[in-house]
Amino acid sequence: MSRKRVLGVRDLSVRYQTRAGEVHAVSDVSFDVLENEVFGIAGESGCGKSTLIRALMRLHSDNAIVTAQEISYEGQDLQSLSESAFRQQVLWSRMSLVPQSAMNSLNPVYRVGEQVVEAIQAHTRKSKAEAQERVAELFDVVGLQPDLMHNFPHEFSGGMRQRAMIAMSLALDPGLIIMDEPTTGLDVLVQERILRRIREIREQISSSIILITHDIAVIAEMSDRIAVMYGGQIMEQAPALELFESPCHPYTLGLKNAFPSIRNLGQELISIPGSPPTLIGAPVGCPFEERCPFRLERCASELPQVEALAEFHEVRCFRHPEATHLREQASEKATWRSLN
Amino acid sequence: MDKLERSPAYRLRQALLEHYRIITSNRLSATGFGFIMVFLVVAIFAPWLAPYDPWEMLYDSEGEFASLRPPSWEFPLGTTHLGYDLFSQLILATRTTLLIGTISGGISIVIGANIGLLAGYYGGKVDEVLMRFTDILYGMPFLPFIIVLISLFGRQLEFVILAIVLIIWRTSARVIRAQTISIKQRQFIAAARARGCSDFRIIYRHILPNVLPLLLLYAAFNIAWSIITEASASFLGFGDGETISWGGMLYELWLSGKTRVAWWWFTAPSLCIVLLVTSLVFVSRAYEEVANPRLRKR
Repeated sequence: MSRKRVLGVRDLSVRYQTRAGEVHAVSDVSFDVLENEVFGIAGESGCGKSTLIRALMRLHSDNAIVTAQEISYEGQDLQSLSESAFRQQVLWSRMSLVPQSAMNSLNPVYRVGEQVVEAIQAHTRKSKAEAQERVAELFDVVGLQPDLMHNFPHEFSGGMRQRAMIAMSLALDPGLIIMDEPTTGLDVLVQERILRRIREIREQISSSIILITHDIAVIAEMSDRIAVMYGGQIMEQAPALELFESPCHPYTLGLKNAFPSIRNLGQELISIPGSPPTLIGAPVGCPFEERCPFRLERCASELPQVEALAEFHEVRCFRHPEATHLREQASEKATWRSLN
Repeated sequence: MDKLERSPAYRLRQALLEHYRIITSNRLSATGFGFIMVFLVVAIFAPWLAPYDPWEMLYDSEGEFASLRPPSWEFPLGTTHLGYDLFSQLILATRTTLLIGTISGGISIVIGANIGLLAGYYGGKVDEVLMRFTDILYGMPFLPFIIVLISLFGRQLEFVILAIVLIIWRTSARVIRAQTISIKQRQFIAAARARGCSDFRIIYRHILPNVLPLLLLYAAFNIAWSIITEASASFLGFGDGETISWGGMLYELWLSGKTRVAWWWFTAPSLCIVLLVTSLVFVSRAYEEVANPRLRKR
């Protein structure tokens, strides 16, 4: 495959300095986002998804230390850009964000349209009238009546605010749109409508999307390729179909078990016992070791390397060669109970 | 499409109407607003309204020296021991007092707001330096401070205003800082940053409008406090000797030693001070309700 790489990330780590010690929120994460694809990042709360994108957009807090071998956008190195150059050249114009809890991301004292106009005018020389025309266009794309741009955020419903944020993220035709939990906090019907809208928008624009969510169903439905994160590391990444057809990492297997399958209705769901690690201190061994039913002795002391199984299919587990065997065992409830 | 072409004049009118609505929303602040308007008119047209020159020794219609006359038709608020007309003095003093009040109130809120916004937004060392500076000013007692200032530079209006400003801005800085810290953690500020907004833009375009009700509240407070402070300073003899203010009138009374005799001499200026300050506080109450909806009557 020779599709163009929009975003390239190599060995990105984010550490937080806290009083309890150093928290390794993200460790050695590498991935690419290709042109015109939806790249899903899945993982439970606290696995480092949001930290990862905050580091990518340089929105991390002061006590975070971000290191990476490479962060590039269409081949251009982003790390060497100064703060102001990054803000002017990259933020929003090339990489935009639909933030988590987008519902609270509109300033209550400005009309919704004004805020989109601000985003446009901050990066282009468009006049106010031109910018407003663009806003009307964008509102149309996300299914909001253009007239609504003169309303205040409190006059919008949650779903409408979400759509307004999506409209704002599209404003400057960025090559990459990052959507952080775009459907969290919305009811199921609105969720469905937002997802359908995102899918429709995808057909109209050429931007790539990074979709971040803890909802496996959403990510399976929307993404071309998926990375599964756990304890600040990418455990497995593969094209969406392949990930669900032939998962190789025990954590992916567990995740798959924990969600209902439409083909086997009535099948009992199996949850992964235990809770995510605290991530304080440098990682020793595999972060999933404590909860893994297939752990080996070396898992506790040695971190498995990322290994490529096929094109775009990478896994970080010592036992990936036995994947077929593991898959069989993982569907047994007893396997997951025998822990601890 | 006409909605798109909202002119600045239209929006200004809308904004003014909104403030008018806030002020007239309850009876107290509406009354206060009315009094302030009266004082304003008096201050603006003072030289035309005053029947006599405030520093003119007056004689009554029978040709007698009008010293210490109680209120009468000829001298509505009576006269001083030197035969000055108190009504004329009061009218001209209104101008000085309002001028000092609005100028020092205005300057102090601008200083307070900026220091509060910067300290609250940047936090860390900036916050530490600015707030410790504020603390130092908090420790500064007003009277010794103004005595030093006036004796160094002289009893001029500018230095009285400077002294008042330096004392008054500290409270507004602290309050605005606290509010800024709370607002900067809201989601829409992070969203604005993600949109590529500069710090300057975030502070003045996104945080400032959100602290505006509080700012107006403190602007009204600061003006009220400036007036009180000016009156105290003048009463103690630290006012500008060239101009006349309400506090200055009381100082003259004190100097004359006629406090026990001339009840009319202190009544008018004291009432004016109380009335204007109370009116300002009532108006600021209306803004406080906007800033803190819990105060609203249910």
